[in-house]
Amino acid sequence: MWDWIKIAVFGIIALLAALAANFARDLAYQVHALIVMAVAAGMFIWTVRRTGEPSVPAPTGYNDGVIRYGVIATAFWGLAGFLVGTFIAFQLAFPALNFEFLQGFGNFGRLRPLHTSAVIFAFGGNALIATSFYIVQRTSATRLWGGNLGWFVFWGYNLFIVLAATGYLLGATQSKEYAEPEWYVDLWLTVVWVAYLAVFLGTIIKRKEPHIYVANWFFLSFIVTVAMLHVVNNLVVPVSIFGSRSVQVMAGVQDAMTQWWYGHNAVGFFLTAGFLGMMYYFVPKQAERPVFSYKLSIIHFWALIFLYIWAGPHHLHYTALPDWASTLGMVFSIILWMPSWGGMINGLMTLSGAWDKIRTDPIIRMMVFSLGFYGMSTFEGPMMSIRAVNSLSHYTDWTIGHVHSGALGWNGMITFAALYFLTPRLWGRQSLYSLKLVSWHFWLATIGIVLYAGSMWVTGIMEGLMWREVDAQGFLVNSFADTVSAKFPMYVVRGMGGVLYLTGAIIMCYNLWMTAFSKRVPAAVATPAE
Amino acid sequence: MSKKTQDKHEVETTGHSWDGIEEYNNPLPRWWVWVFYATIVWGIWYTIAYPAWPMLKGATAGYLGFSTRADVAADIAAVEEQNAALTTELASIDLTTLADNAELHQFAINGGAAVFRANCSQCHGSGAAGAKGYPNLLDNDWLWGGSIEDIAFTVTHGIRNDQSGDARWVEMPAFGDILEEGEIDAVVNHVLSISGQEADATLAAAGETVFLDNCASCHGDAGEGNRDFGAPTLNDAIWLYGGDFDTLKETVTKARFGVMPAWSEEFRPGVGLTAAEINAVAAYVHQLGGGE
Repeated sequence: MWDWIKIAVFGIIALLAALAANFARDLAYQVHALIVMAVAAGMFIWTVRRTGEPSVPAPTGYNDGVIRYGVIATAFWGLAGFLVGTFIAFQLAFPALNFEFLQGFGNFGRLRPLHTSAVIFAFGGNALIATSFYIVQRTSATRLWGGNLGWFVFWGYNLFIVLAATGYLLGATQSKEYAEPEWYVDLWLTVVWVAYLAVFLGTIIKRKEPHIYVANWFFLSFIVTVAMLHVVNNLVVPVSIFGSRSVQVMAGVQDAMTQWWYGHNAVGFFLTAGFLGMMYYFVPKQAERPVFSYKLSIIHFWALIFLYIWAGPHHLHYTALPDWASTLGMVFSIILWMPSWGGMINGLMTLSGAWDKIRTDPIIRMMVFSLGFYGMSTFEGPMMSIRAVNSLSHYTDWTIGHVHSGALGWNGMITFAALYFLTPRLWGRQSLYSLKLVSWHFWLATIGIVLYAGSMWVTGIMEGLMWREVDAQGFLVNSFADTVSAKFPMYVVRGMGGVLYLTGAIIMCYNLWMTAFSKRVPAAVATPAE
Repeated sequence: MSKKTQDKHEVETTGHSWDGIEEYNNPLPRWWVWVFYATIVWGIWYTIAYPAWPMLKGATAGYLGFSTRADVAADIAAVEEQNAALTTELASIDLTTLADNAELHQFAINGGAAVFRANCSQCHGSGAAGAKGYPNLLDNDWLWGGSIEDIAFTVTHGIRNDQSGDARWVEMPAFGDILEEGEIDAVVNHVLSISGQEADATLAAAGETVFLDNCASCHGDAGEGNRDFGAPTLNDAIWLYGGDFDTLKETVTKARFGVMPAWSEEFRPGVGLTAAEINAVAAYVHQLGGGE
C-alpha cells in the first residue's frame, strides 16, 4: 500500500515538474523543473521495480549508511567549494580571469555565492548532518529514528544544494547574502529541515541514556534556530508560480535588519553551535579524556544561545539602522565573548593531560589548532563589533579575513579532524591509510590559513585607512580605484593561501579514499579463523 | 606537567558516560567568570550611556548624548567652517584670475582633486589618463577647449545629455547611411595618411575628395579639428576610440556618441557639484598638464 502511494506521489511530482518546465518563465526555473522531474521520475522507476519484493526485516544497530554518504558528500563539496574559492580569489587579483566565454555564469558575481554556499551549506551542512547523525546515535545508544527518513534528509539536502548551485550560475538569486536561493528552493529546504529536526529529536526521545549529551544540545539548538532564521528571512511573494523571481515582504532597513539577524546567526548557530556539537564529541573521543567541565558546558551553552541571537545589528553600524539597535548589537556581541570562549576552554582543557599527543597525533593537532582559531576569531568578532573599530573595518577585506580565519581555521579543521576520525570507523578499518599525509594536510592548511588571514588583515586595514584619509583641509586623498590597485599584492598572497588549503584538502580526500577502499589498510575486526 | 592537574581532574566526574565519554565536574574557571561579569557590567553601563533601549516612543538616548548622525554632521560642519572663507571666494571668482591668488589656487587644486577622485575617476581614471572613449585629461589635446573656463563649462553642463539645455552637443552622422562602403574605405585611408600612418596611396587620394565633401566642414580641410563642434583633430596621433583602420571604419560607419553628465547641482539637485566644487575641479584638471 505504502509503495503504491509513493509511486503515485513520485509520478504526480514528475508530471507537475514537466508542466512547470514547459511553462517556465526563466531558464533557472526551467532547469530546476527538469532536475526535479528527472529525480522524481528516477524515484518512480526505482520504487516500481522494488514493489512486490519481499519486505526486508527492519535493520538494527546504528544507521551508518547515511553517514558514509555524508562523509563522501562532505569531502566532495569541500573540494568543490575550495576550488571555486581559490579561483575567485585569483579573479579578484587578475580580473582577466573573468573570461569572455564565462560571462553570464562564470564571472565573479555568479561564482561568489557558489563558493560561499558550497563551503558553508554543502561542505559544512553535510558535515553537520553526517556528524550529528553519528553522534546522536552513539550518545543516545540507539538507532536513528524514522527509518528511511535519515536518507530523505541526506538526499533532500543535497538536492537543495544542487538546486541552489545551478540557480546561482543561471542567475536565480534573491540577493540576500548566504540566503540567495529563490522561493521554491527555500520551501524545499524547509521540508528537508523539518525532517532533519524530526529524525534528530526522535532519536533523542528514544535514547537509552538517562541524560542528553552536551553535543546534542548544541546540535538541537542549531537545527531549531536555523529553521526559524530560514523561514523568517525568506518571507517572499513569488512573482509567478512558474518563475524564480520573488519580492521580499520586508523592505528598507527592516529587510536589512532581518537579513543580518539571519546572517549573523547563520554564523552563530550553523558555524558555531553546530560545530561545537562536533567538537564536544570528537575532541574527548580522540583524546580519550573526559570533558573538562560539565558546569562550564551548561553555562556557556545557555549564555551562547541567549546572547548570539541579538548580535546581528553589528553588521549595520553607521547605516540607516537607528543608533539604539546598533548599540544593542554591539553590547551583546561583547558580552558574547566569554560564552564563546567557554567552548574553546572546555575543548582545550579536555586535551590537557593529553598534550603529548600533539606531537604524535596530527588529528589532535588539528583539533587544537581549530580551537585556537575558534578562540581567535571569537575574540576578533566582538572587537570588530565595537563601533569605533567597525568604522575602520567595515566593508574592507578585514571582514573577509575574519570570516576565513573562522571558516578555514575553526570549521574546516574541526571537520577535517572529524572526517579522519569517522572514515576508518565507518568503513571498518583499523586505522587511517597514512598519518603522514594527515600531517602534510595539517601543515599545508595551516600555512594556507596564515597567508590568507595575514594578507587580508594587511589589505583590510590598509584600505580602511586609505578610504578615510583626508588632507588638512578635509579633502579626500585617495580614489576608490587607488585602494583597489594598492591591494593587488595581498590578493595574490591570498590566492596562494587558497591553493595551499585546497592542496591539503586534495591530500585528505586521497587519504580518506585509500582508507575506505584500499586493501592495504587492514579491517578493524579480524574474522575468526575457522 | 600535569601531575597536579591530573590529580585535580581525577577527583570527580558527573557519573554519566556517553559512548565512553565522561565529564569532569570542574568548577567554572574564575577568570572566565570574572571577565564574563565584567562584560555584563560594562554592557549595562554602556546601554545607559548610549542610545540603547527601545521604548514606546523612541529609544533611550543615553546620558552622553551620542548620535552617529550628529557626529558626522558636526565633522562636516567643522570642515566647512574651516574652509568657509575660501569656499565662498572660490564659488564666485573669475576663474582666469584664480592662479594669481596662490592660497586660493592651492585650495582649489586640493579640493578639485578630491572632487575628481569621487566623481570623475570612474571614467577618466584615477590618474586622469582616460580610457577608450573617455578623453585623456593630461595632454593638451582638447575636444571642447582647454582653458579653465572651457573646462568649468564642460563640467557644469556636460556633453550630449538631456539634463542641461547648454550641454555641449554636436553629433557626427553615421556615414554608413550616407556613403558607399568603397568611399568609406577611401576616406579612412585618407585619415590614415594625414595622421601619418601607413595607407593605400590610391585609396587615400580618392578619399581626400570624400573627406573634403563630407568631413572637412567639421574636422577642417586638413583634419585639424574644430572645438566649436567638438570635432577631434585627425591629423595627429591622439585617438579617442582608436586610430587603426578597423576602428576608424567603425567610427565613420556608425559614428560615436560619447556622453558626459551635467555635474552642476543645478541639474542634479541634492547630489550635483556646487559652484565652488566645479571651479575647484576645473582648476585641478587645468593644472594637470594640458591646461590652456
